[in-house]
Amino acid sequence: MNCADIRRLLHAHVDGELDAANSLELERHLKTCAECATEAKSLRSFSAALREAPGLYSRAPASLRNHVRELAGESKGESRARGTDLSWLWKFFAVGATAFVLLTLVLRPAGMSERDQLLNEAVAGHVRSLMVEHLMDVASSDQHTVKPWFDGKLDFAPDVKDFAADGFPLVGGRLDYLGGRAVAALVYKHNKHFINVFVWPETGDMKPETTNLRGYSIINTAAHGLRYCLVSDLNAKELGDLAGLCEK
Amino acid sequence: MSAHEPGQFERIVLPHLDAAYNLARWLAGNDHDAEDIAQEACARAFRFFDGYRGGDGRSWLLAIVRNTAYSWLKKNRPSAVVTIHEDELAEIEDHNAATSAVHGADTAALHAALETLPLEFREALVLRELEGLSYKEIAEVAEVPVGTVMSRLARGRRQLQDSLNRKGAV
Repeated sequence: MNCADIRRLLHAHVDGELDAANSLELERHLKTCAECATEAKSLRSFSAALREAPGLYSRAPASLRNHVRELAGESKGESRARGTDLSWLWKFFAVGATAFVLLTLVLRPAGMSERDQLLNEAVAGHVRSLMVEHLMDVASSDQHTVKPWFDGKLDFAPDVKDFAADGFPLVGGRLDYLGGRAVAALVYKHNKHFINVFVWPETGDMKPETTNLRGYSIINTAAHGLRYCLVSDLNAKELGDLAGLCEK
Repeated sequence: MSAHEPGQFERIVLPHLDAAYNLARWLAGNDHDAEDIAQEACARAFRFFDGYRGGDGRSWLLAIVRNTAYSWLKKNRPSAVVTIHEDELAEIEDHNAATSAVHGADTAALHAALETLPLEFREALVLRELEGLSYKEIAEVAEVPVGTVMSRLARGRRQLQDSLNRKGAV
């Protein structure tokens, strides 16, 4: 990134809105470029000054609060008046809704196996994480920063290792939700590609199993009491290299 | 048929009433018009409440306030609503001069400078700096892409700084 790129992204960085990969690169630039660093510093103090300036924030007057209560009060009266007449209708709908839920529960497994559902969720989690807003909660290439970050957030301790020497630098981690449980998502980079490695406890080993779904490569593997699900747009071979490193 | 329990409207709207009023105040420019706009917005929110599908109540309410304020301004002060044709990020790069901080600017000068910013920059700054909304939330309220939010904030901050510098307030 040159200075022009930095200036363009600086506002998002100062606002904490830049994705971790760009933030890391930007921080590196700020360490070596005094001009951009000064700009970043003055942007921060500018924001702080605006936030802390007294008298810029106007609170709602009592009359507005009363107005809302009046609006809400009218509706309460209404629903009470109608409630008694329509109670049988509500019951009718409730029974219908329950029956519908039961039917879908019974029918759903026929449409999609547990395994397929997990693969779908993993790909969805990967795609979601790349929509800039939420690639990671903790952005760091330091495994000693990422690992403790998970403490107290999960009921297990994921194995966090940086594989920069093998071409897969660790860039961060976040919490995610997969197969009905909270999982650790470790984020690695390989050239320009991001890889999400979802980790959760599972007893029993599992040989690496490669799948392709909607253009993404997925590898599932389990070793040492942990299950790994790797998702990326990398080709299966490169992703396999990372899977091999993870389960070592 | 209403999908909501009684009392839910109050529970969703009351906690965000300060946010709603503050936005209306900055868009309208004075207390009297701000209250009219906020009241009208709350009445609309109440009418549309069946369409509220959960999620962030603050963004939902602020979007209604913003729409109400813009309709009000178009009707009563058409000159206030000037749509900025943004050349997205182009202009941000041009300014390379280091910015000077607003530290020391007195509140009155800051207030006046913010008040004279173009509407779209002003609302982005108010939502970000005073309300603490994320880019995504601002994008929802202003119904623009996140990239546009970023460029409006950058240009708004720049113009605010320039205007404070011109007045020698710093």
